[in-house]
Amino acid sequence: MYSEKVMEHFRNPHNMGEIPDADGVGTVGNPVCGDLMTIYIKVKDNRLEDIKFKTFGCGAAIATSSIITELAKGKTLEEAMKITRGDVADNLGGLPPIKMHCSNLAADGLHAAIQDYLKKREAAQKK
Amino acid sequence: MIRRVYMDHAAGMPVDPRVMEAMTPYFTQKYGNPSSLHSWGNEARKTLEDERAKIVALVGAKKPEEVFFTSGGTESNNLAIKGVAYRNKDKGNHIVTTAIEHMSVINSCKSLMKEGFNVTNVPVDKYGVVDIQSLENAITDKTILVSVIYANGEIGTIQPIKQIGEIVHRKGALLHVDAVAAANQVPINVENENIDLMSISSNDMYGPRGAGALYVKTGTRIQPIIYGGGQERGLRSGTENIPAIVGMGKAAEIAKTEMKTEGEKLARLRDKLIEDLVEGIPSSFLNGHPTQRLPNNANVRFSYIEGESLILSLDMLGIACSSGSACTSKTLEPSHVLIAIGLKHEEAHGSLLFTLGKQNTEEDVDYVVKALPDIVKRLRAISPLTPKELLS
Repeated sequence: MYSEKVMEHFRNPHNMGEIPDADGVGTVGNPVCGDLMTIYIKVKDNRLEDIKFKTFGCGAAIATSSIITELAKGKTLEEAMKITRGDVADNLGGLPPIKMHCSNLAADGLHAAIQDYLKKREAAQKK
Repeated sequence: MIRRVYMDHAAGMPVDPRVMEAMTPYFTQKYGNPSSLHSWGNEARKTLEDERAKIVALVGAKKPEEVFFTSGGTESNNLAIKGVAYRNKDKGNHIVTTAIEHMSVINSCKSLMKEGFNVTNVPVDKYGVVDIQSLENAITDKTILVSVIYANGEIGTIQPIKQIGEIVHRKGALLHVDAVAAANQVPINVENENIDLMSISSNDMYGPRGAGALYVKTGTRIQPIIYGGGQERGLRSGTENIPAIVGMGKAAEIAKTEMKTEGEKLARLRDKLIEDLVEGIPSSFLNGHPTQRLPNNANVRFSYIEGESLILSLDMLGIACSSGSACTSKTLEPSHVLIAIGLKHEEAHGSLLFTLGKQNTEEDVDYVVKALPDIVKRLRAISPLTPKELLS
């Protein structure tokens, strides 16, 4: 059902874990639906210096989480915001159609983490 | 080579070699049509009746005329529900069923709702046992049919069918029982258990796919849903699938003689599997009834993780099973059966269904019991839901 690339990331997910002092955290999905993803980012000089994830969900959910950390690491915030769900699926050699909607949350998770960072930064600047 | 352990018999079973052997001549040598008048036809007709007698024996029917061959469990359920509903609509338009039926029952009822029938779903308790009082209360003077699954293939819970039948008959309705998952595993007697109609399937007893049967008690008003040349005494047209029917007959014969010893063996393996998993893995729980369950059924849920990930991980180690997770279904909904027994969606997602079969051994169970803790641990380490104390 899944591409070899998906299985590879499912077997050996990259950048799995938490960043305790993360600059931004994004959580998307809902355990009720079977997928919940949290992305942690560390930002330095407008770049994603570090990124980690934790995911509850199916093989696709875990693989997309893993690949997004690969795609985003080292990118500027602007570049990272441009990564789409389509990019995630393409870099995994495609996803089964039924998984495109429900489990392909990783780009949303990344964007939510960046927005969380931007919001926190804005709040800090106002002080 | 990795060990391969198949524990997904509810999804599909191998054909018993003795069944295969019995069927083989009927493809290339004994290919007559039972409707033909020549000797080929006569031979096929005799075969058909010989096989029917084996189904009669398995279910405890009184007469051969009470057993009708179909294409499988789904068709039998469709025929029972729609055939009884259409034929009895002068008496009423109400059907009572339960919250844990097979999709073929659920969707047959749904199709009837579009045609003006009303359907009541009776709840089950946390073990999956039908709430008898609710069932009794649900039956009105408009109720023509009550359809209850003998044992649900997913959680394995066996229903008190005899008692349900007494209530249904006292209230003047008919009882249909979906015994597809149960017929091969527990002795059923349609007469003793007050059953008016009962669906069974060939592949669920080590027979080939493409054959099933519906028991219809003499005097039960039912009409066909498939029309044609009037085979099966007009109730189920279409040329009889003799090779598959021969296979089903042989499978039924074997089931009848070996059910007791086979059931005892499976129940031993089942209990070991359940016990070892629930004891060996923290935050894991049995789904379904602790004792009133099919001998081959072990359904265990693991908190904080999702079933498809578990299945993929087990598959890498050569182990096959199923899950109630939405992520493994075509509809993206978690199993309605697990929701009916009161599980939260996230609990249903983390459920694994192991259905054992004849060829499974104690070594197979040991292999699964050894493999699963590490898999659960790994996925829990990835999951944001896992409490910290479980990770150490």
